[in-house]
Amino acid sequence: MQLRRRRQSRPAIRDFSRSARPSIRGYGMEVDSTDAEVSKRDRLVNNLQNLSVSDRVRMLRGMPLSVAEKSELSQIPCCSQLKYYIIIGARHSWYSWLNFLHSLQLWQVALKTVSGRFGTGVLSYFLFLKTLLFFNFFLFLVTGAFMVLPQAVHPPVLPAGRSSFSGLELLTGAGYFSDTVMYYGYYSNYTLRKSCRDDGGVQNVSLSNGTRLDCVSKHLSYNMPLAYFFTIGVAFFITCIILVYSMSKSFGQSFRIDKSHSILAMKVLCSWDFKVIKKTSVKLMSENISTQLKELLAEVNQKHVKNTACQKLWRLMVHGLAWTICIGSTTACVLKLQQSSRIADNNLLLTEASLLALPVVVSLINLLLPGLFNLAAWMEDYESPSVRTYVAICRNLMLKVSVLGLLCYHWLGRVAADPEDIGLKCWESFVGQELYRFLLMDFIFTLLDTLFGEFLWRLKVLKRRRKPVFDIARNVLELIYGQTLAWLGVLFTPLLPAVQIIKLFLLFYIKKSSVMMNCQAPRKPYRVSQMTTVFITLLCFPSFLGASVCVTITMWSITPSSSCGPFRELKTMFQAGKRWVEELEKDNPNLSVLARAHSYLVENPFFLFVGAGIFLIVIYFHSQVVDGQRKIISLLQEQIENVRHHLNTVYTALCNYEDNYKTN
Amino acid sequence: MGNKQTIFTDEQLDAYQDCTFFTRKEILRLHGRYHELAPHLVPMDYTNEPDCKVPLALIVNMPELKENPFRNRIVESFSEDGMGNLSFNEFVDMFSVLSEMAPRELKAIYAFKIYDFNVDNYLCKEDLEKTLNRLTKEELTPEEVQLVCEKAIEEADLDGDSKLSFADFENMITRAPDFLR
Repeated sequence: MQLRRRRQSRPAIRDFSRSARPSIRGYGMEVDSTDAEVSKRDRLVNNLQNLSVSDRVRMLRGMPLSVAEKSELSQIPCCSQLKYYIIIGARHSWYSWLNFLHSLQLWQVALKTVSGRFGTGVLSYFLFLKTLLFFNFFLFLVTGAFMVLPQAVHPPVLPAGRSSFSGLELLTGAGYFSDTVMYYGYYSNYTLRKSCRDDGGVQNVSLSNGTRLDCVSKHLSYNMPLAYFFTIGVAFFITCIILVYSMSKSFGQSFRIDKSHSILAMKVLCSWDFKVIKKTSVKLMSENISTQLKELLAEVNQKHVKNTACQKLWRLMVHGLAWTICIGSTTACVLKLQQSSRIADNNLLLTEASLLALPVVVSLINLLLPGLFNLAAWMEDYESPSVRTYVAICRNLMLKVSVLGLLCYHWLGRVAADPEDIGLKCWESFVGQELYRFLLMDFIFTLLDTLFGEFLWRLKVLKRRRKPVFDIARNVLELIYGQTLAWLGVLFTPLLPAVQIIKLFLLFYIKKSSVMMNCQAPRKPYRVSQMTTVFITLLCFPSFLGASVCVTITMWSITPSSSCGPFRELKTMFQAGKRWVEELEKDNPNLSVLARAHSYLVENPFFLFVGAGIFLIVIYFHSQVVDGQRKIISLLQEQIENVRHHLNTVYTALCNYEDNYKTN
Repeated sequence: MGNKQTIFTDEQLDAYQDCTFFTRKEILRLHGRYHELAPHLVPMDYTNEPDCKVPLALIVNMPELKENPFRNRIVESFSEDGMGNLSFNEFVDMFSVLSEMAPRELKAIYAFKIYDFNVDNYLCKEDLEKTLNRLTKEELTPEEVQLVCEKAIEEADLDGDSKLSFADFENMITRAPDFLR
């Protein structure tokens, strides 16, 4: 076999300028060694010019060249003066807009301080909080602009006997607040119209659909029920799209064909967290990495010690016991809740303060039971910290899902079904108030937990030597729980996103000061991108999906109250949309196609099932494709190994051949 | 936020915004930080592109870099002369790549350069040993260091030359989703 040395088809890397190596491949540069550097650059410039402006900028920024070289490449050719000035002007205005957006960035300094001391793990909690704040801000803008503002400008006629403001309203949300724009019951069920200009004294006379009036402004009218229905629907739809998009993006980044082929190499080269600045944290991180490397070395060197059958049985028993404790305590709490909610129903209007009993009990459960789960996990003594985190998340999630499920059943199944039984005239406002109370109690208890859990260490009450560690998973789950409540409540309390915004704002500062003063950096390794993906998925799936299912059920099948709210006299809230389509058809017979399409497609549940089925099939196909690609990648890696092995053999054979040839 | 700054011309600022991940305000702030490092060396007026470099010793004293075990290598890999003296362009370049908005592929390229102590475009065993010593601050014994580096090269080396080329490094990075900075 004759071996030919292949000529290098690429110039030696040391010939490039220092900061230009090692990789200019992928930028459309297939170079021969005969080309001079100048023509290389010309080719690169040509490639760049063929791209659109935004693509060009993105590629420029991603190149591993120095700024001086890049600015030479980014010169726009002077095709025509006018075009040149237009491009310059557009670029200038785009950058001014970006600058403005950037100056609105929230909490930059605070986040930098936290990440400087605790690293990317704890930072991910605060970034998640910031993301939730933006979701709520979006919701608030939409509901505020389309629901709250029009109704606030055209207040309806209120029933007599409104209670005056006493401080308790802020806690219970009832009393003075119950007849304000905060709750569902305040909203009118007719089209709001602007008042006539002759009637100077009468402000904002609104009509109901049937009666006629002398002067009516033809233009500015606002169909409140329709607006209410569509605003909620569209807000949820857009939130869904944003969530699914960020979830899939996060998945794409964090899902790797893991399987630990190069654990040690990855630990050495990829585990340093460059965000950490503080000296003690850096020292802690070094210690962590050393410990992990020593453990990995020990694992790699020794064979894994097999457990005897007896030990396995013992471990199984311990796990079983721990899970029994967790599930048992959850079930017990849920049953007790069911009982006390039934009692609360009967004593509803006793005193306003008694309304707070149920939220307090739920918040206590949410606070204390995870502690019990932690004890159970300590008893189980997991080896792998990531398994422990996942088990803790599972148990917490199970608790919160059961509690929320029970509450939804209680409100929608019992309170909504028979409101007169309990003596309620407006059950939607009542449910809205309940959600407000739950949200507020959740905040108060988180505050108390932070104060007592973390500040107590300072007073050395518990006599622990080391500072507590910030439990990222538990805190994120609490954020998700609060957000679920907010999403559940938007239909009944359009101002609930505003309350949630205030709560998240305050929470940020409280948690930040608590973390900075009282906690130490986490000792266990924390896989940030995987955890972030898990949390976004949890936000999308149980949380948002559950809330939207509840809202859909409410809109589709539950009878609204007959004496309050924008949907009174309708069989279901959904009828508002249907009625509007019928009116449109009456006014304009040409739109009958739309009406018929509406009645067949949207009202018929068959279409929804078919749509959902198609959606699931598409998802299934995509997941199969991803699976197949993953298999191909592992096959290719095996091939690379084989080729390497083959090359080694050939090389050894050649060396032997040369040696033999030389000696003979 | 006026247009009254006289440090850079508008074209210069636009060019910086094109080539880095920074906005105009951030670039001006960076210039402020650069000036603070050596007020007598760095002029306030950059419109005629003065040629001044701040030495390595001053740059590694910045609070963002002070405690980083790789601070010298980071600054050296962005400098033209390889000695760590950065002009303002190189300074901006460094922080642009280190910022959160830089894509992972770009960071991987520079990470490779940072870990490449002897600047031969390969991560050989000595490079890895030096990296490891800086990471763990001498907590591991020399035998453990040797063992870890040998195993690491075994795991990641795909072309069998007992050192890691950029292709090997990149291949390994794609399997580590936590490679964030």
